[in-house]
Amino acid sequence: MAIVAQHTKLSKVAWPALAWIVGLIFFFPIFYMVLTSFKTDADAVKPEFLFSFTPTLENYTNMTENYDYWRFASNSVITSVAATLFTLFVAVPCAYAMAFNPTRGTKDILMWMLSTKMLPAAAVLYPMIFMAKSLGIYDTKFLIVMVLCLINLPIAIWMLFTYFKDIPKDIIEAGQMDGLNTWGEVKEILIPLAWGGIASTALLVFIFCWNEAYWTVRLTTTEAATLSKLIEGNRAPEGLFFGRLSAVSTAAVGPIVVLGWFCQKQLVQGLTFGAVK
Amino acid sequence: MGRIVLDKVSKKFGDVEVIPPLDLTIEDGEFTVFVGPSGCGKSTLLRLIAGLEDNTSGDIVIDGETVTQVPPAKRGLAMVFQSYALYPHMTVRKNIGFPLRMEKMDQAVIDAKVDAAATSLNLTDYLDRKPGQLSGGQRQRVAIGRAIVREPSAFLFDEPLSNLDAALRVGMRMEILELHNKLKTTMIYVTHDQVEALTMADKIVVLQAGVIEQVGSPLDLYRAPRNLFVAGFIGSPKMNLIAGAEAAKYGATTIGIRPEHIDVVASEGTWQGTVSVSEHLGSDTFLHVDVEGFSEPLTVRSIGDIAVKHGDKVSLSPRENELHKFGADGLRMA
Repeated sequence: MAIVAQHTKLSKVAWPALAWIVGLIFFFPIFYMVLTSFKTDADAVKPEFLFSFTPTLENYTNMTENYDYWRFASNSVITSVAATLFTLFVAVPCAYAMAFNPTRGTKDILMWMLSTKMLPAAAVLYPMIFMAKSLGIYDTKFLIVMVLCLINLPIAIWMLFTYFKDIPKDIIEAGQMDGLNTWGEVKEILIPLAWGGIASTALLVFIFCWNEAYWTVRLTTTEAATLSKLIEGNRAPEGLFFGRLSAVSTAAVGPIVVLGWFCQKQLVQGLTFGAVK
Repeated sequence: MGRIVLDKVSKKFGDVEVIPPLDLTIEDGEFTVFVGPSGCGKSTLLRLIAGLEDNTSGDIVIDGETVTQVPPAKRGLAMVFQSYALYPHMTVRKNIGFPLRMEKMDQAVIDAKVDAAATSLNLTDYLDRKPGQLSGGQRQRVAIGRAIVREPSAFLFDEPLSNLDAALRVGMRMEILELHNKLKTTMIYVTHDQVEALTMADKIVVLQAGVIEQVGSPLDLYRAPRNLFVAGFIGSPKMNLIAGAEAAKYGATTIGIRPEHIDVVASEGTWQGTVSVSEHLGSDTFLHVDVEGFSEPLTVRSIGDIAVKHGDKVSLSPRENELHKFGADGLRMA
């Protein structure tokens, strides 16, 4: 009995402690980044000022006044929101069609969609740049929205397909008998029943869009540049300005961390692909 | 009105023909039951009528109008599904009123019709609940309510009682029959349960592998099955089918005799056998008797409780005027 009690007590303490340690390890870089953002560039590289330093908002004022932070931020918001909406606009009907009217080729199409994610992005980088330039859409929000939409469509369709498949076909057919057309089925039945799934898909796509750096950095210069570009632009021939870089990075990840915090439950549900109902 | 005519209707899924071309007429106000074993195409046939599946060839005519190309909602039919198929996110009130809302009816009219349907189905106390908070029987009543309010020209029931327990099933069977008597609307009812078919139908359509084996009233099918399949399928316990030398004595390839048409006699019956199992139900006794020369034991039904047990020798006498004779082609001999 004593051993069992001891064992339970140990696991009650050990597992949470381990979880905290792992959590802190993951959290430390973010904490360190936020901390560094309040140091001057000179202080940021000095080990003696790791925790004891005079906090300053200099990096943040510098960022908003000299780097045009709000333009980058508004580009990020506009492209991420537009790409998320457009992705859902295409993915919902697509997943609906495959979930409720599957053909022999449905599984192959789904696999093909997923396989596009296996293509190394670098392989199509130059064709993309040439195409964008020759079409005159290089460094436009339109291009960024299209690219973000295309790279996120496979995952969005897969997720939605998994959610929609959980809805019994009988309910859709009952809707048909009751007078619903295809749009009515989506509006009256599909969206209300799969609301959680659609919301978590939207959230995940939004996060992916916001965090996207490979394409947004390479397909923009100034007009459509997003926060990823701003962070990347903080390189200078003299080296990295850690204070400024941390401030920019904090301002870039801030909104998404807050959003993620509020939507934790939806996110977990989304990432488990409908396994949690 | 609700006269439904199927004219050479067929259905193929890919290369597989699940329903070869068939003709069938369902008269207005008739309670028709499609019955057959699993996979016989009865549900597919119902879905073709509903418009949930497209027929490969032929025409479906409802009240004189060809509806083959008409979408489900425009055919004037209402369907009750096996799984109830209620909208889980809507209350009972909204579920029942949904088809009327789709027809863009006035809210006051919708409310009045929903209340009337709920009263007749004893659902008034549950109108503000969601389907998840109801029992199976209540859910099925909501599904029926949703069908009733549309005042369809015909109701289509796809195995509506198979998810309910036995006691509830009998009760709901009565409710559906009462509904039919009250509304006098055409009803097409799909089931694999031939007891349901016999007790409910004005007309039974027996299907096997997409082919109509026989159409007729329950007693027609019981008394004069057209072929061996119908003979074996309709009736519980099943008709005894005897082939070989014994059948040849009657000039047939196979003879059939229902369990209640075999009498247990004191001696000198036609067949002598040994009781393998005796089931005493009080009102009836079912005997399973091994008869020498027969490949399968005979089932005998005796009225009342008779004192026979396992291992007893019995003498059996079939009523010759109740014998069914079938030819080599499996069809009933005249």
